[in-house]
Amino acid sequence: MMLETFNLSPQTMITSITKPLLDQRNEILQEWLQQQLAAPTRRADLISETELRTESESFLKALTDAIQSGNLSDILAPEYKPILEILARVSRSRGIQGFSPSETATFVFSLKQPILSALRRAGEHDSTELVEDMWAVNVLLDKLGLYTTEVYQESREQVIRRQQEEMLELSTPVVQLWEGILALPLIGTLDSERTNVVMEGLLQRIVETGSELAIIDITGVPTVDTLVAQHLLKTVAAARLMGADCIISGIRPQIAQTMVHLQIDLSAVTTRATMAEALRFALKRGGSPALGDPKHSPAPK
Amino acid sequence: MEKIPILKMGDFLLVTIQVDMHDQMAAALQDDLTSKIAELNAKGVLIDISSLDIVDSFIGRMLANTSTMARVLGAATVVVGMQPAVAITLVELGVNLSGMRTALNVERGMAMLRCDVDNPDLDGAARGHD
Repeated sequence: MMLETFNLSPQTMITSITKPLLDQRNEILQEWLQQQLAAPTRRADLISETELRTESESFLKALTDAIQSGNLSDILAPEYKPILEILARVSRSRGIQGFSPSETATFVFSLKQPILSALRRAGEHDSTELVEDMWAVNVLLDKLGLYTTEVYQESREQVIRRQQEEMLELSTPVVQLWEGILALPLIGTLDSERTNVVMEGLLQRIVETGSELAIIDITGVPTVDTLVAQHLLKTVAAARLMGADCIISGIRPQIAQTMVHLQIDLSAVTTRATMAEALRFALKRGGSPALGDPKHSPAPK
Repeated sequence: MEKIPILKMGDFLLVTIQVDMHDQMAAALQDDLTSKIAELNAKGVLIDISSLDIVDSFIGRMLANTSTMARVLGAATVVVGMQPAVAITLVELGVNLSGMRTALNVERGMAMLRCDVDNPDLDGAARGHD
């Protein structure tokens, strides 16, 4: 652990750091603000000087409190909770305002210089002590600065995850095309997870609407490999088990060739090139109580 | 041991499976059903599994076998009300269910059976094969 590498007793270090922080609080704040305002990453368009001052004040106070507790290295300990909360808030709001993660981290890093100046001014006569104090502060602020980056990352990832979920929902709608006929236009690549979601959704709608026919349109699926085909065939098999039938439509000429080359067995499935043709087929078959069993079509009226 | 009730509806028999089936129950059902088909000269059997949330390959095979037994005795069979989760499980398990016809619900199932009665196949064994 860091403190063990120092010659000072922890208590001495704490005092030699916190005393200047408290005594020279205003000077540090001033210098820090100056640093931030002068930095190339200032972004005056995004945050006002007043806001900056308020944020800086609360951070400095929280930092001093945390160091006074005696812990200079473990930022996950409870005494650092308030300061992490401030940083999380700053990071998120900066992220929303449009700052990059580096710009946000600069908020913390630019505090190094003022603190180091304050430590020097406090008159550390022993240069070893001074260096050790400065190093401790440096490492601490590094950790805190990096923390803001992590928070930023996490919130971006949340946004991406949410968007992915929305996209998943948007791209697998089951629509009622006609009485007793459902349509499922698939858009995008089909991976295992997505296919399961799609499959369950379709089968559920079949039960809910009592539709005996489902047209699965794959015009929007860019590639069909063996895996995708398997997923589709499983869906068709499950629907058939339940008493409904599926037609796969939207098969492009290229896809037709690929499927045959891959020796995908479609003998048990009705397929059509376009959804229009699939619908025509479905309507012709409509009205039969045993759609899956041609031997049981009622005699023509 | 609980017995699965078999109801008579005109020319048809209605079986509703609501509980988990084990060997003995399945055997008893098949016994019961085949006797009743012969005794009542039933033309069709409707097996309702809409209350089954989960199945295993045993139940899948049991349903297929029961269908075949009934058909051999001259009664058309249809299994209705299969839940999506059940259908997916059976497909994943790769259970061979050829010989078992299905319909979405009791209404469709009955319509299917009535249609069978109106249009009987001479070759009873061929009826219902996929």
